[in-house]
Parts: sequence; C-alpha cells; structure tokens
Amino acid sequence: MTVFAFYMFAALVIASGAFTILARNPVHSVLWLILAFFNAAGLMVLVGAEFLAMLLIVVYVGAVAVLFLFVVMMLNIDFAELRAGFMKNAPLGVAIAVILLAELVLGIGAYRAGKLELGTPLGDAAPIAGASNTESLGALIYTKYLFLFEVAGVILLVAMIGAIVLTHRGQRSTRGHQNIAKQNARRPQDATVNVKPEVGQGVEL
Amino acid sequence: MTEFFQNLGLSYEWALFVGMVSGILLIAFPVMLAVALVIYMDRKVLGAVMMRRGPNVVGPFGILQSFADGLKVFLQETIIPSAANKGIFLLAPIITFTVALLAWAVIPFADGVVLADINVGLLYVLAISSLGVYGITMAGWASNSKYPFFSAMRAAAQMISYEVSIGFILVCVVLFAGSFNLSEIVNAQKGHGFGFINGYYFNLLLFPMWVLFFISSLAETQRAPFDLTEAESELVAGYQTEYSSMAFALFWLGEYANILLMCSLNTLLFFGGWLPPIEWEPLYMVPGFIWFLLKTVFFFFIFSWIWATVPRYRYDQLMRLGWKVFLPMSLLFVVLTSGWLMFTRYG
Repeated sequence: MTVFAFYMFAALVIASGAFTILARNPVHSVLWLILAFFNAAGLMVLVGAEFLAMLLIVVYVGAVAVLFLFVVMMLNIDFAELRAGFMKNAPLGVAIAVILLAELVLGIGAYRAGKLELGTPLGDAAPIAGASNTESLGALIYTKYLFLFEVAGVILLVAMIGAIVLTHRGQRSTRGHQNIAKQNARRPQDATVNVKPEVGQGVEL
Repeated sequence: MTEFFQNLGLSYEWALFVGMVSGILLIAFPVMLAVALVIYMDRKVLGAVMMRRGPNVVGPFGILQSFADGLKVFLQETIIPSAANKGIFLLAPIITFTVALLAWAVIPFADGVVLADINVGLLYVLAISSLGVYGITMAGWASNSKYPFFSAMRAAAQMISYEVSIGFILVCVVLFAGSFNLSEIVNAQKGHGFGFINGYYFNLLLFPMWVLFFISSLAETQRAPFDLTEAESELVAGYQTEYSSMAFALFWLGEYANILLMCSLNTLLFFGGWLPPIEWEPLYMVPGFIWFLLKTVFFFFIFSWIWATVPRYRYDQLMRLGWKVFLPMSLLFVVLTSGWLMFTRYG
C-alpha cells in the first residue's frame, strides 16, 4: 500500500514537473507546478512529516502559487516573442543548468557517502520519542535553532518592508487617504438635503 | 470500521479498503443531503425575514424544493463557451466540489466518530480550505470573459487575505487546547468556563477571536456581506457567469458544503463540538451527534440571518477590514494568549 502510494506520488511529481516545462500555456504550467507541490506534500506524509506536508500546502499551494497564478493570468504572454529571445539567453540557461546538475551530483555523492546524520553529534536533534512531529519540531526550533529561526523571521520582515516601500515610492502625493472614521460617522441627514429651488435658480452643492 | 469488516470474514487489507470507502460514503452522502436541506433552510429564513413564504410548493412545506432544482439543472444542457479553455473550464467545478468534500474527512461528528483522526487535523482543514480558491480562479480565467475574470481576481485576493487572520485565530485556539487534533481540541473545551460551560467562547481571550473567526468565515466562504465575487450589481454572476447545468450545480453544492464546514468549525473550535453546552449529567443523554448538528445549524441560521440583513461591503472596505483590523488584532491576541498561558499554565 505504502509502496504503491510512493510510486504514484513520485511518478506524479516527476510527470507534473515535466509538464510544467513542456506546457505551452503559462497558466497550465502554473497549474502543473501546483500539482507537483501537492504530490510532494503526499511524499512528505509518507515519510511521516505530516506537519511539513500541511505547511507546504498552506504556504506554497495556498498562498505563493495563488499569487503566481494571479500574475501569470494577468500577463498576456506572447510565446513567439519569448522564443525569439531564446538564443540570447541560452548561455545563461546552460550555466544555471550545469550548476544545478553539479549540485544534484554532489548531493547524490554525499548521500552515498553514508547515512545522513540529521542533527548534532550528541543526537539531541532527534525527534522526541512518542511526541507528534509538530511538538518535536517546536521543541527544536524554539530552543536549539532559535537564533536561526528568528534571523529567518527578521529577513522576511525586511523583505516585506522593502516590498511595501517600493510600492509606495513616488506616489505619496497622488494617493487620497480615506478617513474611515469620517466615513462611518456620516449619517443620512448630513448626506441628503431636501430643496425646492425657484424656477430659473440652481442648487448649491 | 475495519474491525467490523474483518469480523465479516475479510482479510485486513480488504477490510481497511472497504471500511474506508464505506466511511467516505457515510460522510459524503449525509453532507450532500445536509447541503440540500440547508439550501432550503436558507431560502426559508430569507423568506421569513422578507415577510414572504419562501419555497412551499414541492413536497410538504416545500422541503423537496432543492431536489427539484437539482433535477432541473441535471436535465439542462451543458454549454461550453467556444472561447473558453475547455479543460480548465470543466476542471474548475470539479475541483471546487471535491475540495469542499475533502475537509470533512477530519471533522469529528461525535466522540470518536471521525474518518481520519490525524494529528494535524486543523492544519489539514486550513490547507484544504486554502485550495478552495483554485476552483474559482480557474473558473474565472478559463471562461475567457471579463466579469468572471474580475470575480476570480477578487476571490483570490479576498480568500488569501482572510486566511492569514484565520491562521492566527487558529493559533490562539491551538495554544489553549495544546493540540492540532480536532477531537482533542473539543475535549479540551470540556468545562472550560468555570468548570460547567463547555466551549472556548466563555473566555475573555478567545471570545474576541471567535467574533473575528466568524466574520472571517463569512469572508472565506464569500457569503454576504462579503459576497463580492458574485456581486450581481457589478459582475453579472461572478465566476459562474458562463456556467450552466451540472457544472453550475457543482459550484453551488461546493459553496454550501464549504459554508457548512465553516459552521461546523465554529462549533468545534469555540462552542464545544459534540459536547452539550453546559456540563450537566442529564444533557449527556442526548447523543453527541445531535448537539453537533444543533450547533452547526444554529450557526448556519446566523449565516442566513446576516445575508438577509447586512448590505454588501465595498471592496476596499473588505481589504481594509482583513489587513488593517483583523490581522493586527489576531496577532495581538496570539501574543496575549501565549503570554497568559506562559504565566498561568507553563509557569
């Protein structure tokens, strides 16, 4: 049963990864990518990392990929134009491919060199026996890896502030700011008046 | 369930398989039946608020109205616009409907009555509900028509915004319960308020969170006053504009199944799930399933009550409420809750 599930998820990850590249329509590409994320989460469930699997779906499928899809749907991408620029960017693409391939080879080499020691020589990074992996993970990142965890948080905060500053730059004066309290305090009697203008006279607004 | 089928003389694997399938059917059919009845209830409540009768022709008190409507859409012709992206156009309602049913797998209907009693139950619900946006976005894009597309954009932004604050609200509940498992969350609510009230709503730190959660669940399911994705005065019928027949019906069923799910989450997370409202021995005579159902239907009643009374929000007001009011407030309460628990429980 587990073996069957593993091969199904693994085959689907690879297949949808391939279709992500091969699909002609960029929206289809993103949808294939989402399927790949989904099946990767399935693989994580199989190795017993259900907390990470759920986070993968919540964060990547539920938020990141939606924004991706959002952007790709809004852009009207012309493929002939993209293909025209193919040869110009080819050297860069080849370089990235070589780097990724080298990393993959190194990774496989490292894996074949021996059993992976997840944690420290003392072994205190091992999951707590009997506890769910949510608790084990929490016990680790809030004690041993607290510094790294908080640094990651601060980096994300800086990135967020940067993004907000970039969107607001240069349009400070043109933005009309709404006063919500004023909007809420508005009553029908302030907004409407009953007037009976004389013939030939206008109404003052 | 597995043991029951094993006793019938099946091997373990087959018993597991048959048990799982029958468990799924035992949840999916009642949920669909509940959706049909809840649509009827929705229309009846709306009718009552507007001082008219509501559906009253098909069956006794019009109770079979939803089934008649279902039969009607079933017999209609499926129209696929020629400019639509056919595959995704057909996939979108299927995804909406499937996702709406998926989350029910971890909902405990009574003590121990749950299909998959997993450790990360609440995260699973959050993950599945975040998938709901895909059905709508894909429908809007694949229709290749401007109003559905606007609606899809709105839906994507709206659902992501409110999911953030829902996440923080759930963190507060999880901190109090000490578990992501929905059954354990319900059990932790036993006698939470002064030892005799079952539920987290009777807690100064969690009651405001319940209010936020309820409003966010209105936004998450795109119910009035946040039904901007199908604002008929602006967007025809939103993402469903180009859909007809069964595809349209699947959207409809999925939407109501989601609303029911959100009602049951309100029940499970804040109002003690299958536990009776007050810790009093005679109340336990009533089966837990009935309490769960009563509370869920009560929340659904509030949903339709709000639909009938509150005018639709403006889109910028919706975004402001999500990001500038709910997010800071839920963040503040995460800090307050964890501080309080640090102070009282973990010392």
